Parts: sequence; structure tokens; C-alpha cells
Amino acid sequence: MSTATSQTDQDKQAFWQQLQSFVGKEIGPPQPAPDEVNIPMIRHWCEAIGDNNPIYLDSAAAAASVHQQIVAPPTMLQAWVMAGIKPRVVSETSPYEEMNQLLFSHNFTSVVATNCEQTYDRYLHPGDKLSMTTTIDSISPEKTTALGTGHFITTRQDYFDQNNQRVGSMLFRIIRFRPAARKETASNAVRPRPATTHDNSWWFDGLQNAKLFIQRCTKCQALRFPPGPVCPTCVSMDWEPVEAVGTGTIHSFVITHYPQVPGLEYPLPVLLIDLDEGVRMVMNPIDTDIADLAIGKKVDIVLCATDDDLTLPFAKVHK
Amino acid sequence: MTLLSLTISDVEVGQELPPLDIVLTRTLITATAIASRDYQEVHHDPSIAVERGSQDIIMNILTTNGFVGRYITDWAGPNTFIKSVKVRLGVPNYPGETMKMRGKVTAVTGNDVTVVVTGSNSMGDHVTATIEIALP
Repeated sequence: MSTATSQTDQDKQAFWQQLQSFVGKEIGPPQPAPDEVNIPMIRHWCEAIGDNNPIYLDSAAAAASVHQQIVAPPTMLQAWVMAGIKPRVVSETSPYEEMNQLLFSHNFTSVVATNCEQTYDRYLHPGDKLSMTTTIDSISPEKTTALGTGHFITTRQDYFDQNNQRVGSMLFRIIRFRPAARKETASNAVRPRPATTHDNSWWFDGLQNAKLFIQRCTKCQALRFPPGPVCPTCVSMDWEPVEAVGTGTIHSFVITHYPQVPGLEYPLPVLLIDLDEGVRMVMNPIDTDIADLAIGKKVDIVLCATDDDLTLPFAKVHK
Repeated sequence: MTLLSLTISDVEVGQELPPLDIVLTRTLITATAIASRDYQEVHHDPSIAVERGSQDIIMNILTTNGFVGRYITDWAGPNTFIKSVKVRLGVPNYPGETMKMRGKVTAVTGNDVTVVVTGSNSMGDHVTATIEIALP
């Protein structure tokens, strides 16, 4: 066992070094904006967003402001360089594609954007002609999140004007991850569907979006689970979802052997978990040996997609 | 429409921005995606969005940035200089939802103001943003 583990560690180390070699690389040649900064695009943007700030379209108001002339909304920065309806041709030999292929080959196949940070050196004026460079800024070590295990990838885009002066920059962070555990069962059956109703489907939808919610009465503030229309404490029908921190304790558990339901693996532990917020949920364990189960043990709640349409909370029991 | 324009003396730490609720229609999500030249199908084609695992079309990130920018200048007015907009993304913005935008001043240093903004819908926070602006 120990040899196998050290082999895995070596593989991981080699993969990590390969990943790090991409940091600092430019993705390809600078991308020119197809058009100058222009009033028609500003108008479309302001109309769609409902932005009535007059400095973007009213020259008299703009002249009277600190900006002194018409300027583009600063948050339009990225829009000026968007490729449009025809996707930009991406070379397969670009470092970004090579990095993605490497991640893909290690089963980090899913992607979700997490952060976007724009900094503006100056506001843009009609007539400015931009170009953009993209660099791989940083790659995080492997992290386990509610979505699954993966690496955060941050790219940096720098925007330059016609005089090659930088006008702004953007850090854009995504996570490339392995979708959380999807165990193949012998029968290939999928896990039984939850019985969803008008009153609880929002809770399952939340899981699908990587959020574990608890219902809170907006009148008396009492938390409750499972989801229901009426507060059992004060009978108010007004409530709001609050996100659980995702930690708890084993209140009790059983190990079921029979009857066996297709789509589940047996022996199947079923746990009652007291969330630290004070509500109790039923769930199965994940990444946990049955021998490690004990009443009172701390758990982390992990949200896992059991198939494309179902994400459920599982308890990862502390050793 | 005349917008009030704030100066630095109008602003103090803890001040709350007037709330802004954005009703997310299908037209709004599509129009904003196209206005930002973002033609990815998940922002306008419901059947492809569902095929890719989404519940419906979703607002694109450029538009999220745009609403954060608008929310700031709706409050602070035309003499605002936005220095940076840093957003953390959460649950998607689907049609049929309402994005409730709320904000608070968290720091004032010289002429620089830091504002924290959230945009939430029925599922939770769509966006949590930190914006740095300069006021005259």
C-alpha cells in the first residue's frame, strides 16, 4: 500500500509541476477590438442595462461632469474586445489549450466561473481603439469545494489603447474540477428521485446550484427542515432560504442491508446529521469507512452530483 | 432625468445605498447578453441551456458587472469615477427571478470610497461585489 501511495504522490507532484509551468504564459497574440469605442454600442448597453447616467450619452451633461466629455461605462471594458457571434479561432498549441488538455486528461472536466475583478486606469472615450492581451496569472493547488475537487485558474487580461497605454485590466477566475463522486453501479441504475413538490423543489434546486439551504421563518426567525410552507413554531407562512455553513455532528445512524434499492450501494449507512445551525437532516456518508462512523462525530457536508439531474448532501465523517 | 451627484462629504461608513430590484425577464437577459457581444447559447437559447445542465438561460457575467456599475452611479451620480469592480459569482440569474441589489459603504479614505454590493435572487446571492470609487 505504501508504495502505491508514494507513486500517487509522485504523480501528483509531477502533475502540479506541469501545471505551474503554464503560469505567466501569454495565451496568444494580442486581440484587437473589432471596433473603436463608439456611441451606438454604448447606447445598446445603456438601454439594455437601464443605465441612465448621462455622462455616457448626453454630451452637455458629460461636459459638465468631472469626466468633461462622453465616456463609455467602465464595466463595458470587456465588451469592446468580445469576438461576437463567430467564435475566435483558438490555436490548439496555445498554452491555455495545452493547460486545459492537461487538466482534462486528469479528469478536471467541468468549469465554473467564480470571480471577475476589473480595474480601470482611465475611462474610455469614443474613438479609443483597444487591444487585449491574456496571461495565465495563477493556478491554485488542488482544492475540494462543494462542486468537486479541482484547481482555480486565474487569467489576467490587460487592455491597451491606440497609444499602447494600459487603460484597464481584468482578473478572471474559474475552477476546473472533477464533478463530485458519481459511482457507477452494477445495474447502472440511477439513484431514486426525490419526491418534489411546490413546497420543497426550491431546496433541491439550491443543491443543483451548489447551495445547501435551510428554511428560516422571517417572522420568528426559527430555522426548520425539511422544507414546508408553514412555520411549526409560529405558523407564519413567510420564510426565506439561508445557506448552511456545511458542518455538523452525527446524531444517530443505521446501516441498511435489505431491501436493496437499485441505484444505491450496500451496506448503506443512513445518518441523522445535526447541522451546526440546529436542524437535522438525513443523508448518506461519502469518503468514509463504516468503521469510522460513531454518534457524536463531526462531519463536513459535501454536495455531490449523483447524476446530471440530482445533487444531494453527503456527510464526510472526520477521522 | 436629473441625477443627484454626491461629493465625498455626502458619504459616510455604514451608509446604505437605496435598494434596486431588477426584474429578470427573458428579454432583459437576452438583450444584455447581445449588447455585450456575448453570443454564448446559454445566454439566449433555452433548449441548449437545458442540454448543458442549466435550468434555463442565465445572465452573462459582463451584464452582472454592468448592473453593479449602474447601481453605484444610480446612487453616487455622474461625478463618480469607478476605479475597480470586483465580483464574486454565486447562483445563476434565471428569467422569472428578481435580482435584489443592496449596498453599503464600508470605507472612506480621502476621496476614495469602498462599497460592498450584493445582488440576490430567490436562491441566494448571485453576486457579491466590492467597488472602489473616487468622488469629488
